[in-house]
Amino acid sequence: MSAVKTGRGWAVIGVPYVWLLLFFLLPFLIVLKISISEMDIASVKDVLTVQNGAIVLNARFSNYVTLVTDDLYFSTYLSSLKYATVTTVLCLAIGYPFAYFMARARATIQPALLMLVMLPFWTSFLLRVYAWKGLLTEHGWAHAVITSTGLDHLLLRAGLIPGEGQLMNTPFSLVLGMTYTYLPFMILPLYSNLAKMDLRLLEAASDLGATAWVAFWKITVPLSKAGIIAGAMLVFIPCVGEYVIPELLGGPQTQMIGRTLWDEFFSNNDWPMASVVAAAMVLLVIVPLALFNKYQAEANEGRA
Amino acid sequence: MSTESAFLEIREIVKDFGGHKAVNHVSIAIAKGEIFALLGSSGCGKTTLLRMLAGFETPTSGSILLDGKDLAGLPPYERPLNMMFQSYALFPHLSVRDNIAFGLKRDKLPSNEVAARVDAMLKLVQLERFGQRKPHQLSGGQQQRVALARSLAKKPQLLLLDEPLGALDKKLREETQIELVNIIHEVGVTCVMVTHDQEEAMTMASRIAVMSEGRFLQVGAPAEIYETPANRFVADFIGNVNLMDGTLVKDEIDHVLVRCADCTHYVGHGITGTEGMAVSVALRPEKIRISREGPSSSDGVDGDFNRVRGTVKDMAYFGSFTVYHLALASGAVLKISASNTERHRDHAIGVGDIAWASWSPTAQVVLTS
Amino acid sequence: MRAATFNRWFGRGWLSLGYAFLYLPIAALVIFSFNDSPVPNVWGRFTLKWYAALTSDTEILNGLWLSLRIAFFTACASVVLGTLAALALVKHRRFVGRTLFSGMLNAPLVMPEVIIGLSLLLMLVAAQKASQAAFGVGFPERGLMTIWLGHLLLGMAYAAVVVQARLKDLNPQLEEAAMDLGARPWQVFWLVTLPMISQALLSAWLLTFTLSLDDVVLSAFLSGPGATTMPLVIFSRARLGLNPSVNAVATLTVALVSIGVIGASLWIARRERLRAADVAAAARYA
Repeated sequence: MSAVKTGRGWAVIGVPYVWLLLFFLLPFLIVLKISISEMDIASVKDVLTVQNGAIVLNARFSNYVTLVTDDLYFSTYLSSLKYATVTTVLCLAIGYPFAYFMARARATIQPALLMLVMLPFWTSFLLRVYAWKGLLTEHGWAHAVITSTGLDHLLLRAGLIPGEGQLMNTPFSLVLGMTYTYLPFMILPLYSNLAKMDLRLLEAASDLGATAWVAFWKITVPLSKAGIIAGAMLVFIPCVGEYVIPELLGGPQTQMIGRTLWDEFFSNNDWPMASVVAAAMVLLVIVPLALFNKYQAEANEGRA
Repeated sequence: MSTESAFLEIREIVKDFGGHKAVNHVSIAIAKGEIFALLGSSGCGKTTLLRMLAGFETPTSGSILLDGKDLAGLPPYERPLNMMFQSYALFPHLSVRDNIAFGLKRDKLPSNEVAARVDAMLKLVQLERFGQRKPHQLSGGQQQRVALARSLAKKPQLLLLDEPLGALDKKLREETQIELVNIIHEVGVTCVMVTHDQEEAMTMASRIAVMSEGRFLQVGAPAEIYETPANRFVADFIGNVNLMDGTLVKDEIDHVLVRCADCTHYVGHGITGTEGMAVSVALRPEKIRISREGPSSSDGVDGDFNRVRGTVKDMAYFGSFTVYHLALASGAVLKISASNTERHRDHAIGVGDIAWASWSPTAQVVLTS
Repeated sequence: MRAATFNRWFGRGWLSLGYAFLYLPIAALVIFSFNDSPVPNVWGRFTLKWYAALTSDTEILNGLWLSLRIAFFTACASVVLGTLAALALVKHRRFVGRTLFSGMLNAPLVMPEVIIGLSLLLMLVAAQKASQAAFGVGFPERGLMTIWLGHLLLGMAYAAVVVQARLKDLNPQLEEAAMDLGARPWQVFWLVTLPMISQALLSAWLLTFTLSLDDVVLSAFLSGPGATTMPLVIFSRARLGLNPSVNAVATLTVALVSIGVIGASLWIARRERLRAADVAAAARYA
């Protein structure tokens, strides 16, 4: 890039930087602060106060202790991780072949195929989640299909539903809803990656004697690693903290940490507790988040 | 050339990229109206040098003076020079006219003058009918002409060309080479061009600088560079050459003798050197005669010089000439290029035949480095 | 070549099932919006009454109006901030705190919204208290402004990704050529860079507009009395059970989005075709 560095360079970097510091980083610091504060009747007491001329630290770490020792919170975190992982795996299992066949389709119909994936992606996700409510409640189409084919017995045996015909507000409906909602997020980066793959590599492999199956596992999959990671992160991380889908499609069996945070804040009005839950959630996702950031950075460097 | 009359003067330019010197103490004086070529393979520093002239890179040390004015600290948009980019860099959202007018409008010229100048430029590159088209509606050759017109529109004091013919196919390149030079001469602008293509440099430039690893290895007119290379690198880089190592056996004022593994050279000029020193002899393939019988004349030189016998190992037929690879006793291979002056030669030399190669005492150049 | 044929049919089968899975719920939504029946997800008979009801549904209409305004401001501001951020990352390879900057910029893309919503709200409350103490006026009031700030954080991240991708593909020689011809840096941006990224800017605008229009969690945390966005209205109704008015809204949304997406795809395809034709013609009649 140009060796000429004008004063404008600093405005270009500075404005968004300051904005992010103010509205992204600062809020996090405040969350941390409040998580160790005491809660008054209506407001949060200050962490640092001056009493009798001396600075007093009113830090309460008891909330963090509760988090770790209280079974409810701990199991909720685990359960969130579990559902997020299951959703990610399902999205990958459905989405990878989907993206693969999209990328291998005739070049003329690929834009149409892409558009058909974009359409649900652009449609409000709230409405699409609500749609499953209609389909899975009694009399709903999916409900009818599942009960009539006897699939619900399988689900019952797998422990995914509490009783025959009770498909709503179960682990089953939750995972189904999350997989459905996040599927485009898995397909799009995978497709983008697979579409750019040099098919000549596969031709070379076949020329050297590899069968299609071998070529797939030894060449295609490793090369699409970046796409897999991007898609996995785009599904896993938000799923951990999902609120809307567990609220609409989940039930008493499905504890998700997003709901817990919401309830602490809106129902219990316990801001410090909610903050603690949030802080712990950040810690949960920080590793995949760093992975995602690294992938983004590499993807951007690689293009230059 | 004295520095006083130089139009473009580059003094001890160095560009250091964190320890790696892309340009390593380059100095040159270029006269007004010259077409000066920087020739070298990729990584030699020629593009970095060009970008420093344009203002896209800042020299680590050294100075650049254009018509006496120091360009240091001047950003590209304030320098009285213009560049034609390798990728043409035509603005895809602007028409041909607007592309050419771009620089003129930055100078806040009145619109009628801008229009007149654009018309003149279109006429110069013979694209009068294409003014309203967008770049993607033009062929490669046409795009190149628009890029040229755009870079000449502001009547710059110096024109920089970055691999001007690189993006064109062979046929187009040959036609464009001559056209380009004609236009540049017509406009009369001083020109510095960068290329890795020897042919381009030799046909277009009035002087060439052969560059390697950030340094100038030789600067001179094309003929000088080709016929009188200053060192092994230049001899090998330009065209084809046979390089034979040997020892300087006799050093006289008007001739020297160099003994090589397969033959002894009688070179018709003196060099500065001591007897016994190791030297190389550069002999271009087209200057060697090949025949089945021994050499017909001795070129006025007594003795068994400037000739060698060998077996034809390989032959390559190029239509207008044939290249023979002659295997010599020491194992070395001599490349000989012979014009096919007759259509069907009886007793033509074939692979496996024994043949004689001979050359005149003015054919070689002795290299000491 | 049995493997290839199997591949082809398996592929077609998988894609068909996949698309069916994606579109089944949407189809159900649309169909049952025309349903008149005591049980919302059992077909009774055709009716348009739910659509008629929408016209007098003040809750939805107010929510829609609010959401549209917020979405509009969000999209505009996101594109500006996102473009600045993208320029910063693409043009300046190294600067102090670049990792932190790109981390903060990428995080909202995946960070669970409950975290963003909570943290932003807490900060705004703290700001409110501080400004109350300093100026006697609690700023900012929870409502349109605060929701907008939250959406902007998310929108900026998405816009930056879109614009960055386009900037990377730009030929750097174009901007150098502009400078060589006498354009100063801001002129280079305005006359060359901006026109070339205009399509990306439009995509970013539409993307952030849709995102904002659809958002539930951030809006919930950051809204105030009287500031109920349309998604929040829909959400509260959906929580209570099946509600055909939601189906009606959904169908209208799907229709709009379809027109938009299909229209955009066709327009882009047409432009590509014309362009390819131009290039081919130029090569032939050089």
